[in-house]
Amino acid sequence: MHPAFSVLFLTTLIGAGQGLFMALFWVETYALMGLVPAQDPGFHALGSALSLVLLGLGLFASFFHLGRPERAWRTATKWRTSWLSREVIVLPAFMGAVFVYGLAHWAGFNPSLGTLPGNQPVPLTMVLGIAGVILALALFVSTAMIYAAVKFLQEWHSPLTVVNYTLLGMASGFTLATALAAWAGNGLVPMLAGWAIILTLLGLVTRTASLIRNARIKPKSTLQTAIGIKHPRIQQKAQGFMGGSFNTREFFHHKSEGFVRMVKWTFLIATFLIPTVLLAAGVILPAEAVNLLVAAFVVQYIGLLAERWFFFAQANHPQNLYYQSAA
Amino acid sequence: MTQLALVIDLNVCVGCHACVTSCKEWNTSGDAGPLVDMNPYDADPTGTFFNRVQTFEVGEYPTTETVHFPKSCLHCEEPPCVPVCPTGASYKRKEDGIVLVDYDKCIGCKYCSWACPYGVREVDAQRRVMTKCTLCVDRIYDQSIPEWDRKPACVRACPTTARLFGDIHDPDSQVSQAIRENGGYQLMPEWGTKPANHYLPRRKTRITVREDEIERADNPLKIDSQLPKPGRDEPSLDDVTSW
Amino acid sequence: MSTQTPAQEIKNTTCYMCACRCGIRVHLRDGEVRYIDGNPDHPINKGVICAKGSSGIMKQYSPARLTQPLRRKQGAERGAGEFEPISWTEAFSMLEERLGTIRDTDPKKFALFTGRDQMQALTGLFAKQFGTPNYAAHGGFCSVNMAAGMIYTIGGSFWEFGGPDLERSKLFVMIGTAEDHHSNPMKMAISKFKRDGGRFISINPVRTGYSAIADEWVPIRPGTDSALLLAIIHEIMAKGLYDRDFLVRYSNAGQLVNVDEANDAFGMFLRSEAAGDAAEGCYDPQDKLWWDRKSDRPVVTHTPDADPYLLGEFRLQDGTAAKPAFQLLQERVQEYTPEWAARITGIPADTIRRLAHEMGVTARDQRIELPIAWTDSWGVEHDSVTGNPVSFHAMRGLAAHSNGFHTIRALAILMSLLGTIDRPGGFRHKAPFPRPIPPCARPPKGPEAVQPGKPLDGMVLGWPADPDDLFVDEQGGPVRIDKAFSWEYPLAVHGLMHNVITNAWRGDPYKIDTLMIFMANMAWNSTMNTVEVRKMLNDRDENGEYKIPFLVVADAFQSEMTAFADLVLPDTTYLERHDVMSMLDRPISEYDGPIDSVRIPVVPPKGECKPFQEVLIELGSRLKLPAFTTPEGKRKFRDYPDFVVNYETEPGSGIGFLAGWRGKGGEKSLRGEPNPNQWEMYAKNNCVFHYELPKSYQYMRNWNKGYLEWSQRNRITRYAEPILIHLYSEVLMKFRAAAQGKGSSRRPPEHLAERVETYFDPLPFYYDPLECQSTDKHTYPLAAITQRPMAMYHSWDSQNAWLRQIHAHNVLFVNPVTAKNAGIGDDDWIWVESQWGKVRCMAKYSEAVEPGTVWTWNAIGKAAGAWNLTPRSNESRKGFLLNHLISEELPGTQGPISNSDPVTGQAAWYDVRVRIYKAAAEEPEVTSPQFDAMTPYPGQAKRPRIWNFFAAKGGKS
Repeated sequence: MHPAFSVLFLTTLIGAGQGLFMALFWVETYALMGLVPAQDPGFHALGSALSLVLLGLGLFASFFHLGRPERAWRTATKWRTSWLSREVIVLPAFMGAVFVYGLAHWAGFNPSLGTLPGNQPVPLTMVLGIAGVILALALFVSTAMIYAAVKFLQEWHSPLTVVNYTLLGMASGFTLATALAAWAGNGLVPMLAGWAIILTLLGLVTRTASLIRNARIKPKSTLQTAIGIKHPRIQQKAQGFMGGSFNTREFFHHKSEGFVRMVKWTFLIATFLIPTVLLAAGVILPAEAVNLLVAAFVVQYIGLLAERWFFFAQANHPQNLYYQSAA
Repeated sequence: MTQLALVIDLNVCVGCHACVTSCKEWNTSGDAGPLVDMNPYDADPTGTFFNRVQTFEVGEYPTTETVHFPKSCLHCEEPPCVPVCPTGASYKRKEDGIVLVDYDKCIGCKYCSWACPYGVREVDAQRRVMTKCTLCVDRIYDQSIPEWDRKPACVRACPTTARLFGDIHDPDSQVSQAIRENGGYQLMPEWGTKPANHYLPRRKTRITVREDEIERADNPLKIDSQLPKPGRDEPSLDDVTSW
Repeated sequence: MSTQTPAQEIKNTTCYMCACRCGIRVHLRDGEVRYIDGNPDHPINKGVICAKGSSGIMKQYSPARLTQPLRRKQGAERGAGEFEPISWTEAFSMLEERLGTIRDTDPKKFALFTGRDQMQALTGLFAKQFGTPNYAAHGGFCSVNMAAGMIYTIGGSFWEFGGPDLERSKLFVMIGTAEDHHSNPMKMAISKFKRDGGRFISINPVRTGYSAIADEWVPIRPGTDSALLLAIIHEIMAKGLYDRDFLVRYSNAGQLVNVDEANDAFGMFLRSEAAGDAAEGCYDPQDKLWWDRKSDRPVVTHTPDADPYLLGEFRLQDGTAAKPAFQLLQERVQEYTPEWAARITGIPADTIRRLAHEMGVTARDQRIELPIAWTDSWGVEHDSVTGNPVSFHAMRGLAAHSNGFHTIRALAILMSLLGTIDRPGGFRHKAPFPRPIPPCARPPKGPEAVQPGKPLDGMVLGWPADPDDLFVDEQGGPVRIDKAFSWEYPLAVHGLMHNVITNAWRGDPYKIDTLMIFMANMAWNSTMNTVEVRKMLNDRDENGEYKIPFLVVADAFQSEMTAFADLVLPDTTYLERHDVMSMLDRPISEYDGPIDSVRIPVVPPKGECKPFQEVLIELGSRLKLPAFTTPEGKRKFRDYPDFVVNYETEPGSGIGFLAGWRGKGGEKSLRGEPNPNQWEMYAKNNCVFHYELPKSYQYMRNWNKGYLEWSQRNRITRYAEPILIHLYSEVLMKFRAAAQGKGSSRRPPEHLAERVETYFDPLPFYYDPLECQSTDKHTYPLAAITQRPMAMYHSWDSQNAWLRQIHAHNVLFVNPVTAKNAGIGDDDWIWVESQWGKVRCMAKYSEAVEPGTVWTWNAIGKAAGAWNLTPRSNESRKGFLLNHLISEELPGTQGPISNSDPVTGQAAWYDVRVRIYKAAAEEPEVTSPQFDAMTPYPGQAKRPRIWNFFAAKGGKS
């Protein structure tokens, strides 16, 4: 597939935004359970704002993917069948949740909505956070299912796609949250960095699993089934046009195999290896934590762009069987 | 339930591209148009077409088969491109099974094209909406044209009548009969999309000549190899031998 | 959205996106072309249309169109394409003055050559009236061998002249045909034929187009077709699979040939003295002899109850040795065994034998009998028409070789042996064919035919029947600029357009003043040796004058050729003009009878475009050419439509350009006085006049008394004599005899005697094409040929926004085995080199090409900027022209000689031999040679970068 930059930015930006929000909720949950000190609501407000910025940028990027963005409102209509439609519904819902969550923190409006057994109060922000987390997860699933649901793209058509989108989004969000915590100097760095490392390494495991899986894929369609002729040796000579078409632009990356391989190693190093090292370093060297952790996020984000590029480039659409040769 | 479709006979398709440009010609000025052409007089000309003819070589010299292969939207009975559309712009008509795009609803997200294994949908680079074969829905029901003319433009054009058009759910239709009798098949059956369009395979006619058929009673050599008898006056052994 | 409903309108006319002439319906919306589809009531295409025809809109609105007369700017070089617009008044004054002077002094200094025009009746008439012998259309570089080889054998040929009866055929063999000739009718017929269970065999070095759907593909080395055909003839004769009855009665198989080498009439048919002097006429007098089996003595052919020996040797009473023509044919093919042919053609001997058996057995055992009574030329009544269902089609693949004439003779003979001439299931003629062998028109006989101020004495193009019909001077030298009808190419019945520029440049045989070219791209794909020919067009003599002093080009589009013109005349498209597919040219007749057709304008001409016909009528009137002038010296015809209606071949002949609705009220056909409403009647009748012959006149027309007399009465033919098939060609023998110093006719110049003697063999024979004879085949091991893509016609369609997307550039297709041996990978850049030149292009592997052949699509490559494409277009950067590798001349004993068939002057496009090798890694990935980019001319439309064509924009927002 052709990796469109709009989609690369969309998925990575909102992934980080979702992850960041989940990290904020994590902190709040930790705090509620007393595992970390209660945080200044400003931290959550700021984090939510940052999350919203990322989500907004992602949304903005997504419009570049549409031929007719002015009609984007129509997309909500087919939620029963279309994951894309679902994503379009969940994304603003999630953004709304983040906004309200952030607003509640910023305004310090956090009444208890009741108590749980054991007299544990249920603060409003906690409920909002749970709703947000559910929406964030739903958004991860919706986004990933846009790809995973396309059975023709066998590289994508796997639960691993959902797992990877979720884990990688969370990893980048937690890394960002770690950097934010370092900047805020609120002592959350070790906890968040720990989770960021865990998520990054889990992501490494599942992403590697999908690489291994994809390397073993046997294409379901062949030239034989594509044109319905049973002969071991079939070659296309002409695809019907010579100056290119939508079908040669949308479904091919038009890059060399070497380039694709280079991107793969880039994303493996940049998404997983370097951030892990930098996160650990950020914990070990608190004096340099801000720089190290910001660097960790930037490198990881760049790595994710590469990862997403590779995700598209690696996906081999069966339609390409029909577009192999021009003469 | 009606399911309109094309049946494409590879046995007679010579790859002339008549269906390609007649489709373009009709549709660019029709309900589905205009269909853009970019760089029409420059490097790498590219445009929106609903139908393409491709060429494949099957086998190795000297037993090569050259196969010309026209391809347009197959109007699947289980069209994977329809449910994925977030706006409902991509839809399948109940009354005749034609898969269409509502250009006023389409947001140009291209998702339907990802969900089509056949590569038959094309975003019009100028109108920025998804386009595809409509089976000339603006021709086939048009009461203002004579009935014989109410066929897709490609079917009207095809010089070898390699394109049959009709209802594949009607067992008595020409298309159903052609599929049944000539081994009609669907593309990429492995996906369960149930394409309505079918293809008819190459069929070979051979002549077997048996040895004894070459020699025959009416062989003209029986006449022509009888050369004239020599004249009685011509020299012979009779003239010179006496023992 | 416009609130107005656009005005819709449908107008009928005839397509001209190729030479096929299908009927089309042009749908207009507010006067703009919205849709062009096939006319279902048209006999040629019956409603279908091809890719080209469907793209007519893009031709009509192409920015490559010329829109005003242009004059080369003072001081600009030819080829630079720098022009200034002028008015038609100026253009006509210029032409009138220049051509008037030429006509009054030496008319042959004006040469008019046209490309694939469909108005040869008019262009030829203009040339003849002007008085110049220097006229021809594209036939000489197209497929004249196909016309000549078959017409000199069976009195008809393929395509416009006749074709396979696939309706009833069982076995169809296509040889040397790519995708057109015919286009739609052939596609329709093949498809129906296959569906009816017929077997289709394609013999071709390449498997594309029609061959793709053949039941069997028989790959063959280019230029070796006659070896295959002769071996099949060998096998058919050896196995007795020929149709004896047919040959006896309808061919010269049984006619006795004088085989006394010492005799002055050696090689001629023996004639009955009793039959007396045959009247001089262009027919075959029935005075030849058979040796009758029953009476064992010579009798006049077709003597009732006689049955000739086909084999044997006989001695007439006067001692003359004689053999039947069939015997001579058998002797000729004796050595042409399948094993021999296998070595030459690359086709296994068993396959050749099998092909012969399939043909012979199918012809004999699947005989067709139709309950149609007819009477033959000898008065015998037959109560049925019979036929043998084996048919053939061949075209330029056979023709465009320097051995093509004999190849095609061999094919016609094979078809005759199988008994398939004008019979159901076999080959069928189309009116006005069959015609006598050869047809009656003769070229002028000498330089005296060209006189200042007078029309040419004789037909500009004709059919020589013997050496006295050659158009040569006292010394035997050529009179025409292209040397057609000279001893170099005696039967050059369509001229040699491919040598005109070179000859005129060299002044051999003489210099000319004005060369007018109509719709022929002689600076590009229609010429051989393109690089040098372009230089010749721009070359000057020692006085600084152009060697070809004045160059006029009429075309609808900005082609490579227009850039070299001194004066460019903008022609109309086919949708903007009147045209006639006349019985006087090449009508669209079908097997069942004569048909002619017309074009009627459906849209007004763009800018100042003027149909070339109108240009000729105007010039003819201004120059006061007799046919265009009243006896009082006034202009005779208002315009071309007026000319078409009122012109008669002779005053009162009743024969004009159109055969339908003649007579004052349109009540007559074929002959009749002019009908002022003729155009309206064509318009009302799908632009077609179709005269369906009675069934009994539709078959066996070479010898069908009823048909021949009908044809004579309607002045289609002068005589109603039977047209016997020439297995043995006495016409050719007459030329050979002259070269041998026999007979009383003209003799060839000494240096050409051996050439004429060799190639004017009365029986077909195999020889290596001339270029191959002069090429080191170890150095240049491969044959290089072109095929025509079905979605493009010649160079016409690169300006077509839709068609050029299908073929934006061309590559060289190479068998992978051949390519790998040369170290060439798929899609590599390579050099292709012949002994004449080299081109750089891209190679593509193909399993559908014979390993000794490389090929590419014809005329896709363009010069940079030509056809108003941008200079960076694929056509010029990645496309290439094979023509650079082909020479228009070969070395001869006395200077260069045309790279053509020595009999007909047919351009030998497909004889070139090449080698291929990988281009160096540092070389640019651009085809070579490249030329300076052309720029748009004044008056040309701007090229849109993005084009949303929607006819009549008022109809949709």
